[in-house]
Amino acid sequence: MLIEPLFALILVNYLGKKVDPSHVDYDIRRYIVIGRYLAIALLILDVVADSLAINMAIRACVFVLLWLIYSRAELRVAKSLMFSMIPYFLLSLVSDVVELVSADFYDTYEYVFESANLFGLLWFGAMWFVNRSQRRALESERAKREAEETRSRIMAEMKVNLEAEVAQRTAELRQQKEALEETLAELTRTQAQLIQSEKMASLGELTAGIAHEIQNPLNFVNNFAEVSIELLDELKTGPLAHLSPDTAEDANDIIGDLTQNLEKINLHGKRADGIVKSMLQHSRISAGKKDETDINALADEYLRLSYHGLRAKDKAFNASMETDFAVDLHRIAVVPQDLGRVLLNLFNNAFYAVSEKKKDAPAGYIPRVTVATRNVQRADGGAAVEITVRDNGTGIPQTILDKIYQPFFTTKPTGQGTGLGLSMSYDIIHKAHGGEIRIDTVEGEYTVFTITIPA
Amino acid sequence: MNILVVDDESDIQPLFRQRFRKEIKNGDVVLDFALSGEEAVRYLASGESEVVLILSDVNMPGMSGLELLRHIRESHGTAPPFVMMITAYGDETNYQQSMRLGANDFLTKPLDFTLLKEKLKDLDTHG
Repeated sequence: MLIEPLFALILVNYLGKKVDPSHVDYDIRRYIVIGRYLAIALLILDVVADSLAINMAIRACVFVLLWLIYSRAELRVAKSLMFSMIPYFLLSLVSDVVELVSADFYDTYEYVFESANLFGLLWFGAMWFVNRSQRRALESERAKREAEETRSRIMAEMKVNLEAEVAQRTAELRQQKEALEETLAELTRTQAQLIQSEKMASLGELTAGIAHEIQNPLNFVNNFAEVSIELLDELKTGPLAHLSPDTAEDANDIIGDLTQNLEKINLHGKRADGIVKSMLQHSRISAGKKDETDINALADEYLRLSYHGLRAKDKAFNASMETDFAVDLHRIAVVPQDLGRVLLNLFNNAFYAVSEKKKDAPAGYIPRVTVATRNVQRADGGAAVEITVRDNGTGIPQTILDKIYQPFFTTKPTGQGTGLGLSMSYDIIHKAHGGEIRIDTVEGEYTVFTITIPA
Repeated sequence: MNILVVDDESDIQPLFRQRFRKEIKNGDVVLDFALSGEEAVRYLASGESEVVLILSDVNMPGMSGLELLRHIRESHGTAPPFVMMITAYGDETNYQQSMRLGANDFLTKPLDFTLLKEKLKDLDTHG
């Protein structure tokens, strides 16, 4: 009786459990089933027919199986199990062959052969046991590796997610940063504007305060100068009329000089008075009543007023006037006299700038002053009216740009400008109308004043 | 005509005297001065002379021109004096208030004496 068919059955069963049918292109499971039946058939054959030839045939069949396992890649899983059986197979084959050749020898050394067979069995058992524990170790290793792989796959997924999240967050942060930067820039601008308007406001108040204080003493200067002129006149026609001609001439000369001096005092006193009055207009801003006004008509009126006023003073003066009015311009509530003063002031400056440039300009220079109006939208979405006064005159040097709204700052020759025009305009637009006055200029090229008044 | 000039600036006195030199010499005008509202009230109460015209500054320390005006309008029943208030240039509020309190006329600083003399002439003939 042989154990080989049993081993074959074990091998086939093992294959049935371990072989992965997805690795081959034929139906391996069918062959395994066939193999199992064959093994069972061999087992039965071995039990019922105990002959040397049949034993050899069974052995051949088992060797075929071993050969298949050895040679075919898809069956390789059973290789180690097969190798653990080989010692027994060989020893069993050798003992049978020895028994066949020399039964005496076999009988004599039967215990050796039987021990050898037993050793083969034990070898198989030990190997199987070792293999099994090895396999288990391998399996647990594989499971561990698989778990690790799963973990690393999850980690990779998480990493991808994380990266996407980080990218998204980065984009958000960048957006926030940009928004913040924009807000900061806006705040800085607003702060600068606030500082400027505060400065202007306090300067305006100071100006009005000073003017008020100077007014009374100045009145005395003017009044006493006037009354002194009258008194000198009386002196000349009264008591001095009785003097001898020689003395009278001397006296009259002196009185003439005195009168002239007093007239000078009065003249310059009046000049100072004029300045004081312009200064006081600062404090009168925002006292006026606001009315819905046709800005186009107002601008047109003051443009003409300015032009003809300058023409009256200087016959040689000439400039082309252009208007570009929006026909559908909003009617807005303004103090017409105040806005008129602002426009008059801007037009006067514009005409002054072009006439100054004309003095040195080459022939062909056409002095031009343009006024334009249009409806605009403010940053907060509210409606507003924009008035633009443009001239192609001398422009304003960058170095004095931040001074032009200061009271008493003027570039005109002494006596020609008080330096209060733009300061007052600034107050009227900013304080009384909640608007804005902006300037764009290139020295020697042009100046554009833009007034924006909310509707 | 008896004129009381009320102003805290004492230099207003020589100015008025010089400006009205001829009128004072001719006896057309008699000038009296008070340096404060209180002094003006005392002067009026003493009844030394019948004041026809009061010229008063508005801004004075102590009793202001407006208070003086109110006092005059409250206390003088018969033959109230003519009161002209002197207001600073462009002083809308005081102008309005003087008007409400019953001022007869206004003068703005700096004083225009030619205008003042014309007003006095009108007052003399009509008033």
